[in-house]
Amino acid sequence: MLKKTPLYDLHVELGAKLVPFAGWEMPVQYPAGIMAEHGACREGAALFDVSHMCQLTIAGSDPAAAMEALCPGGLITLKPGAARYTQLTTLKGGIYDDLIVTNAGDHLFVVVNASMAEQDLEIMRAGLPDHTVNPLTDRALLAVQGPRVGDIVAGIFPQAAALRFMQSQMVGATRLSRLGYTGEDGFEISVPIEDAETLARNLIDAGAEPAGLGARDTLRMEAGLPLYGNDIDQTTSPIEAGLGFSIPKRRREAADFPGADRIVAEASNGPGRSLVGLRPDGRAPARAGTEIAAPDGAVIGTVTSGGFSPTLQAPISLGYVPAEYAAPGTPLNFILRGKAAPARVVALPFVPHRYLR
Amino acid sequence: MITYYTEDHEWITVDGDMATIGITNHAAEQLGEVVFVELQGAGETFAKGDEIGVVESVKAASDIYAPVAGEIVEANEALVDTPAELNEDPEGTSWLYKIKVTASGELAELMDEDAYKALID
Repeated sequence: MLKKTPLYDLHVELGAKLVPFAGWEMPVQYPAGIMAEHGACREGAALFDVSHMCQLTIAGSDPAAAMEALCPGGLITLKPGAARYTQLTTLKGGIYDDLIVTNAGDHLFVVVNASMAEQDLEIMRAGLPDHTVNPLTDRALLAVQGPRVGDIVAGIFPQAAALRFMQSQMVGATRLSRLGYTGEDGFEISVPIEDAETLARNLIDAGAEPAGLGARDTLRMEAGLPLYGNDIDQTTSPIEAGLGFSIPKRRREAADFPGADRIVAEASNGPGRSLVGLRPDGRAPARAGTEIAAPDGAVIGTVTSGGFSPTLQAPISLGYVPAEYAAPGTPLNFILRGKAAPARVVALPFVPHRYLR
Repeated sequence: MITYYTEDHEWITVDGDMATIGITNHAAEQLGEVVFVELQGAGETFAKGDEIGVVESVKAASDIYAPVAGEIVEANEALVDTPAELNEDPEGTSWLYKIKVTASGELAELMDEDAYKALID
């Protein structure tokens, strides 16, 4: 039995094509189509229902310090109202999940992937036995993303204008967080279920175009943002995945988080393999699972995400390759339907981020 | 001229021993916006079920399978240059191949329009 978000009826009314995703029935696209929805986010504003993601709170004595035992991110340095991207790491230096942690004053507000929520709750409850880990089942989460969202959201919540990238604020019962997973300026709005549909309609009336998981995927790929289960998992380290920015010097020196041996060594000496951007010379997309070969024909890696970039009007892929092949400009081949298709390593992101800092 | 359909959501319209093949409106709708088309050249011969092309949308890749054995007479090269045209008229001007049918007996294994409509409803 698939779960339905508080916006399910609105999705149906808007003509969404609904698909199963991580146990939820979610819109993959609306009648406008993935290209138009993607374009709305890059040029105007797009509204995504991300209520399937798990919102939770961690309360108790100094929850940020406690969470640092499970994550390599800098959490005790987070000021009230500040949010940070980090990972739950395994003892072997892999990734259980990636997440956003916000200092909500006397507790932490955390958002994790829908598909990993159950596992994450177990890890946090086991790792934080003296704290209360409480999933928020009475809230929806709307992501509104794109260069026009500053005006749109400020029109509904004037307090939004004061927020910069990775800042968060409660407005009544609603939490506004200026962040997202598209590479654009944007907000994620955590809202009580009973207010969710009205807020979604108000955002649409103000100019945000409804957009589905299809556009969300092409947008995050263009932004070079890894997707848990595709580009990162228990076998990949944060350093291999290019997430070293999220591990501050203090944490590297203390090496006091799960998997620190591997992660700190890779941060210092360079990882054996890296997640890189790849663009083929031709027009055939190389999707997840496509083998990557060196010029001599040896298979050296695999595509973890790939498809068509609506912004670049060309195929793009993410994949892991050994360090000696990871430099931008390195010529490689995709093995597509048994044939070598020339490609090149490129710097990430494919499309520049435009966060409001 | 008679049109047959396959379980892979392709159509084939037969006129004597010549035929035109393509993907159905339903297939194009399911795929969404097409961004890549790969077709083989004239003169290629194939058996029923062989992969004779690739159509990819933003969302997914889909192989084109030969509905019957035959030989490619003409490929719709315009689609290779502008793949999005495939969404315009998949059962008309956006055909994929004109072929010579070499095993017309295999046509009897395909669906007629009513059977195909029943399949996709």
